[in-house]
Amino acid sequence: MPRLRVQELFSSIAESHPQNCAWRQPVSFDVAPGECLCLHGPSGAGKTLLLRAAADLDRSTGSAWLDDVERQALPAHEWRRRVAYLPAESAWWFERMGEHFSTLDPDWLQSLALDPRMLTQRVEDLSTGERQRFALLRSLIQQPGALLLDEPTASLDAPNTRRVEQLVTRWRDRHGIAVVWVSHDAAQRRRLTQPQGPLQGPLQGRQLRFAGGRLLPPGTRP
Amino acid sequence: MITLDALDLGLAAALVIALAVLAWRLQLGMTGALLVAALRTVVQLLLIGLVLRVVFAYVNPLWVALLAMAMLLAAGREVWARQSRRFTGLWGFGIGTSSLFISSFAVTVLALVVSVGPDPWYQPRYSIPLLGMVLGNTMTGIALAMDRLNAGAWNERRVIEARLCTGADWPAASLKLRRDAMRVGLLPIINAMAAAGIISLPGMMTGQLLAGAPPMEAVKYQILIMLLIAAGTGFGTVLAVQLAARRLSDARHRLRLDRLDAQAR
Repeated sequence: MPRLRVQELFSSIAESHPQNCAWRQPVSFDVAPGECLCLHGPSGAGKTLLLRAAADLDRSTGSAWLDDVERQALPAHEWRRRVAYLPAESAWWFERMGEHFSTLDPDWLQSLALDPRMLTQRVEDLSTGERQRFALLRSLIQQPGALLLDEPTASLDAPNTRRVEQLVTRWRDRHGIAVVWVSHDAAQRRRLTQPQGPLQGPLQGRQLRFAGGRLLPPGTRP
Repeated sequence: MITLDALDLGLAAALVIALAVLAWRLQLGMTGALLVAALRTVVQLLLIGLVLRVVFAYVNPLWVALLAMAMLLAAGREVWARQSRRFTGLWGFGIGTSSLFISSFAVTVLALVVSVGPDPWYQPRYSIPLLGMVLGNTMTGIALAMDRLNAGAWNERRVIEARLCTGADWPAASLKLRRDAMRVGLLPIINAMAAAGIISLPGMMTGQLLAGAPPMEAVKYQILIMLLIAAGTGFGTVLAVQLAARRLSDARHRLRLDRLDAQAR
């Protein structure tokens, strides 16, 4: 049951390019096992840079723990396997979709309304939304302890958005992983964080706004 | 040996000028570039002819070393200039030039000492042309490979980072990039070796034949040179690709595009 703890994290990219990003100072946050932390905030606030820094994709200062393991204590690739960052746009390196997966549970495909025949198709022949759903499955297969999702449903229609929400929720319920979910959709953030919402369960969720370089509870002004 | 006079060279120059006029009349561009390059070749070769006359006359290791260094720096600059995305700072010049130096000098010295065996081993009549051929081809290989590697890292950054995000380490995430760069760098020499003797008579052998050397002697020299060029280009390209790929990442296996120029040339 992994807990993600981020302390005094500050992306060196944000620090060296202040004209591109409003993130000005280190931030700290904590995501409990099975919790979903929903992040939102204006464009250019640094949400993507925050997730990239937590995944150690960009240089950053500060520290990050998954349970009691600090990221520096692990080889970088092992940290990124455990703290899986899913970018807003998926990218693929083999010609056919199926080549990216060694194993794939047919139930998962079904839960995201993906047809197994798509696995034999060329990646470029699938739609953006289909590729994005496959990318989520690719992240789950690496069995991360924490999942960092950067607007994972931005290219999806309403039914598929719900399917992704349900799959991620089921997954964090079963494995107790920590989830950080960047979303611009207020209704989606409510669905993901309300314990009595449509996604029933003992799960907790929290919303934070990332603005002016700080993480703020909803409703407060920077 | 039949010597050439100014009129013979003038005929060849007239052909190039005719080509430039034709290109200009048809508005195809390249007129200026063609004339400048032709002028450069005439001036540079005349100058190196003068230099070689002096260096060959006095067999002095210091002069040989000086000329070799000048050739290396010119080749290193050429590698640097041909890249659309360079490493920032000294790395842009350093990686290509050091790979050039290690590979082509090692191969040339080995061939001089072990195979050709002139006395002394740095005899400029042998060492300078040999180094020139190995260096020139190694330069092309390294320039093409590094250009491909750096441009590829930039263009495929999303794919590379997606692989890193799925838990791949840098050697795995950069493998396709390095293979592409290696292929681009070695294709010219592989094509040249495959075409040698069937499609083309390589330049050095042609030169020896024109100078009156027996064909089998010219062929043996050409085989030696071809293999040396392949080895020099190959080792140099491997070294440059590995060094540059290492520079594109860091201890935490990130893709470090901030170490490349932000603007493509």
